[in-house]
Amino acid sequence: MSKLLGWRKIPIGTIILEAGSTFEVRTGDWRTFKPVIDHNKCTRCGLCYYYCPDGSITLEVKDGKIVKVDIDYYHCKGCAICEGICPVKAITMVEEVK
Amino acid sequence: MAKVIGLTGDEAVAYAVKQCDVDVIAAYPITPQTVIVETLGEFVANGELDAEMVHVESEHSALSVVTAAALTGARVFTATCSQGLALMFEILYITSGVRAPVVMAVANRALSAPINIHADHSDSMGARDSGWIQLYAENVQEVYDMIFMAYKIAENRDVLLPTMVCLDGFTLTHTLERVEMLDDEVAKKYLPPKPTYPYPISAEKPATYGSLALPDYYFEFKMQQQDAMNKAKEVIPKAMEEFSKVSGREYDQFKAYAIEDADVITVALGSTGGTMRSVARELRKQGYKVGSLTLRVYRPFPAEALMEALSGAKVILAMDRTLSFGAIGGPLFEDLRTLFYDAEKRPLIADIVYGLGGRDLTPAEAKAIFKYGLEIAKSGRIPELVKYVGVRE
Repeated sequence: MSKLLGWRKIPIGTIILEAGSTFEVRTGDWRTFKPVIDHNKCTRCGLCYYYCPDGSITLEVKDGKIVKVDIDYYHCKGCAICEGICPVKAITMVEEVK
Repeated sequence: MAKVIGLTGDEAVAYAVKQCDVDVIAAYPITPQTVIVETLGEFVANGELDAEMVHVESEHSALSVVTAAALTGARVFTATCSQGLALMFEILYITSGVRAPVVMAVANRALSAPINIHADHSDSMGARDSGWIQLYAENVQEVYDMIFMAYKIAENRDVLLPTMVCLDGFTLTHTLERVEMLDDEVAKKYLPPKPTYPYPISAEKPATYGSLALPDYYFEFKMQQQDAMNKAKEVIPKAMEEFSKVSGREYDQFKAYAIEDADVITVALGSTGGTMRSVARELRKQGYKVGSLTLRVYRPFPAEALMEALSGAKVILAMDRTLSFGAIGGPLFEDLRTLFYDAEKRPLIADIVYGLGGRDLTPAEAKAIFKYGLEIAKSGRIPELVKYVGVRE
């Protein structure tokens, strides 16, 4: 973590003047279970991408078609909504040992 | 020549707010504040004021709307009192925490239960630690003038704190008095330029507002607010002095009468100050050495200036129009006592609790209060630290 700043050095009223600061917050370490995609079963329908409340599903798109679905483990909190929504049961929650 | 018209306190607020050229108004009706926003609603409806009037479903929403609007750089206004202020409580701290320069009129009214619609200071006094600047008006002219000063103070870049203008319910809100108006051009020149906020929300420059601050940063943001309050102590007298110049009406953080050689000085907030001064004047004619002081700024507490003004007195009587249940005394009393703790020459300081739920303080009672103070001055002893005036046993 960077050095903590004093009250004279930070913007007033809790403003963060740079956009997108939440991206730096590692919410991935809140997780107990992590979703794992079975790419053989995955039909690349993209439903998990739309349902993920945290924007932690990434899509690789080529010529307007989804070619790969992945999980951003830096941000994924392990809520398991993707597991529940997957129509072909391609996502399984696996307990993480830390 | 400035225009002179008859206005009630509520109307005076509305006329001043109109002249301050506000952009966004949101409020929920509550007696005795309602006339303020009704009048502003008329101004907006007939085209006299180009502002967004947001009709909200509660005071909680009213303050939320104007707080957010202020962060876009708009000049904003809301008004409330009593239960409405209580419902705003959660947002009060957010408004000051995000440093939104909101101006709000508080038509002081007693809190329930029992339900009551008349003046006392239990509503605004409950919010004294919420990080808002608090101004209290003595008469309708002051109500009108304080709105301009409130924007000047709140929007000052060294301050950026929300400001309440408190006016006693009915005694000021519904009483018609002579008001000298400010010319529009004079008002415009006096007020700070827009945007009112240095980092206005914009799509071109995205930023995060109202973010999270955990144990590693929360304290720092609170220190910034404390620093802003300290700076307000310097900004307020300057804003008042400047207003005195443009209006020709003398303003300072308090209005003092005959305090220089007084043995007994009463310190009051709001309309009671007028009663005390009038009675003090009468007693002076009879040779009693009494004086009165009406405090116009309660937060930040003008400690140094008050110390200087009051230090010659033998007895100070704090006039609290509220109860701080279970405390040593009322809030004004406790502030004044704390102020003099380190003083070389400490006056005797006693508390007078009066006027709860709109009970009148009669001139006879005011006279008895001064006489009580003179008795303390003579004996050097305070018989009751907190004296309740006007209550039946």
